[in-house]
Amino acid sequence: MSKTPLYWLAGVLTIIGSLFFGYKWMYMGYPLVPGTSADIWQVEVKLSFNAANEPIKVGLYVPGNNRKFTLLDENFISRGFGLSTVRENGNRRAIWSVRTANGSQALYYRTTAEQFDSGSGGDTVRVMPEVMDHEFQGAEFEVAKNILQSAQQQSADLDTLVAQLVKRANDPADDDIALLLKGDTSVENRIRITARLLALAYVPARMMHGLYMVERRGDAPLEPWLEVFDEKNWRPFDPVTGQTGVADNYLVFWRGDDSLVSIDGAENVQTRISLQKLELEAVEAAAARRHYLSPVLEGMSLSSLPLATQNVYKILLLIPIGAFLLVIMRNVIGIKTFGTFMPVLIALSFRETQLLWGITLFCIVVTLGLSIRFALDRLKLLLVPRLTAVLTIVVLLMMIISIITNHFGIESGLSIALFPMVIITMTIERMSIVWDERGANDAIKQGLGSLLCAALAYLLMSNSHVSHLFTVFPELLLILLAATLLLGRYTGYRLLELSRFKALLDPVK
Amino acid sequence: MRSLLATARKLREAGVLAINARNCEYTLAYNPRRLYPLVDDKLRTKEIMLQAGLRVPELYGVVEIEHQISELTAFLSKYDDFVIKPAQGTGGDGIIVVTGRVGGMYRKASGNLMSEQEMAHHVSSTLSGLYSLGGHNDKAIVESRVIFDPVFEKISFQGVPDIRIIIFLGVPVMAMVRLPTRASDGKANLHQGAIGAGIDIATGKTMTAVWHNNVIDRHPDTHYPITDIQVPHWDELLEISTRCHELIGLGYFGVDLVLDKDEGPMILELNARPGLNIQIANRRGLLHRLEHIKKHAAKLRDPASRIAFAKEEIASML
Repeated sequence: MSKTPLYWLAGVLTIIGSLFFGYKWMYMGYPLVPGTSADIWQVEVKLSFNAANEPIKVGLYVPGNNRKFTLLDENFISRGFGLSTVRENGNRRAIWSVRTANGSQALYYRTTAEQFDSGSGGDTVRVMPEVMDHEFQGAEFEVAKNILQSAQQQSADLDTLVAQLVKRANDPADDDIALLLKGDTSVENRIRITARLLALAYVPARMMHGLYMVERRGDAPLEPWLEVFDEKNWRPFDPVTGQTGVADNYLVFWRGDDSLVSIDGAENVQTRISLQKLELEAVEAAAARRHYLSPVLEGMSLSSLPLATQNVYKILLLIPIGAFLLVIMRNVIGIKTFGTFMPVLIALSFRETQLLWGITLFCIVVTLGLSIRFALDRLKLLLVPRLTAVLTIVVLLMMIISIITNHFGIESGLSIALFPMVIITMTIERMSIVWDERGANDAIKQGLGSLLCAALAYLLMSNSHVSHLFTVFPELLLILLAATLLLGRYTGYRLLELSRFKALLDPVK
Repeated sequence: MRSLLATARKLREAGVLAINARNCEYTLAYNPRRLYPLVDDKLRTKEIMLQAGLRVPELYGVVEIEHQISELTAFLSKYDDFVIKPAQGTGGDGIIVVTGRVGGMYRKASGNLMSEQEMAHHVSSTLSGLYSLGGHNDKAIVESRVIFDPVFEKISFQGVPDIRIIIFLGVPVMAMVRLPTRASDGKANLHQGAIGAGIDIATGKTMTAVWHNNVIDRHPDTHYPITDIQVPHWDELLEISTRCHELIGLGYFGVDLVLDKDEGPMILELNARPGLNIQIANRRGLLHRLEHIKKHAAKLRDPASRIAFAKEEIASML
């Protein structure tokens, strides 16, 4: 029989599984290991103002997704106002408007932003930006030209030129600069002058505004920054030191000379920005992120289910892993077990009892059940009544063990109630049959084999890395399925067969 | 690890067939599922064999429903010795051989006694599927006990020795005789402690014998030599076995036969998943032989040519 279709199927399954896995891991940032907490902040902008029965239009620059931050969700809270968001020159702007309003009003913008570990470098730009008009005239023009020329003489490239210009723009003793600043010594104005000087040198430059994401801040100040275009992309420069780059926790709000808020028809405008770092599991963050990154995957994720259902699937998804281990134990190693999947179900119950207790309790229940089953044997009962009798006895045994252990203050004994009693009953029945038919040796061997498989399956299934991987990336089951299909045509020797057939290799005595 | 791989390689070279390969390459590939009921249900096998004129142990009766058990004692009283077995049993489980009576008790082949009540319970368990494949409801067959040919008398301890021949695409591949021992409690199953003695397909003479994976040449209980015994009616046994291939249609199976003192070869049952211990009994792997047959199967059209092929080419293969 040809194995080619099998290899194709396994290959396709592996590729599909890996693609989904890779996409979610690399692009959507789902973590491979559990417990990674993401850097997530909640940012809130509060606008308050007094309205005077006039039409009001409020514009607020809001952040957008960029290489360093992704917005996980956004809320605009504005009672009675109409809202629209627009894109202008690469900036996002929320515009609230209302026909009439009276008294003090408050508008809120709230967003949750997650920080990425991204490499340095700015956003790549396809179209070369225009150089703005430097607007220097008369004496100012001459001064500006002088400043630029001396800066150009003392610099070798764009970085050093910007550094020189920034250094001069921040020099309080520099009279030339003072002339250009016209008394406004704010950082914004210094950046504006630097940008205009760069425009004089035909280098596009602009100001950007953003926030430093710190642990918690009630009234966070907007920090202006300088951005210079260097033939390929925009690069940030510190407006005070002239060094390139910007801190990783800098969330850009908007670019340009405008102020954060523009408002028509209201007075006494107050702006307050607060931010707070959230403790959020990385998985939840990635789940929230998929909303923005991939609407296609949104409906397909486990986390779109209700929490209770999710918890059920967290366990269900582990069962194929245990079953796969059984495939290996049975078909590759050659260990005999009672019932095909019995060890997996026992392993599931070990999750509640913990391993040592689980094995101890399992042995106690099976041993007691088995001895009672042998006693029942003399009564010559029919099969189904006999099974029912054993089941009843198993339940009673479990109850008695729970009561006794509880009496001695051992808490784990209570969890025995979670043992799958039907499985235990069937195990006892099969074991007693094998005992009768093949002898105690075979029965105990198979019993221990089952227990060994159950213990290994438990260790595998309770491993936090394994369970994390399969609940976050259920598509890995496709790869597991491919491996199972391949093992389904494994025609090699089982490990334990090697010793069984070894006698064939010995020379005849 | 390295020595394990080396062992695996050596076994592969020796042509040892293992369980995964048997399932994948032979039983799954050559035995269509729909044919399994023909061999899994011994009653149907018996019917087919009788129709074809092959000898089987005489059927005394069938217990099909629980209610019939109340009439069992009266029914069995007609027979001094008989065999009760589940119609769909596996691996010899649930078979009781009654050789006679002591008072109101049945005497089993092992010499142990069994009360009528115990017998009724055993039949009831059989009906509920205790011994059947997958635990399905089953029937209990009552049939004549085979009085086996005296040739094996001195080399078997209680129980009935039987002959297993593996047939692949109608060609006999390997054969052995299974001899019960004291340790096997009269059962003819190798892993229960019966002796397996390989039979040379060409001549029908026993060769090596294996007991608990040890090579032996004398029966551990009777101390008579086991090797080099001519199995009577050998050609007939081969012929019957190859005919089963036509009758049932399975590609890879085992035939269990017994030699009755008076009536000669009889078919006990067929097995669509024959065990691998026959390789240990013969001290030969099955794989090379199976591959050789696969290569030449197309030209072996009639049973006679297949037997000739087996005797000439397969028997001598290592």
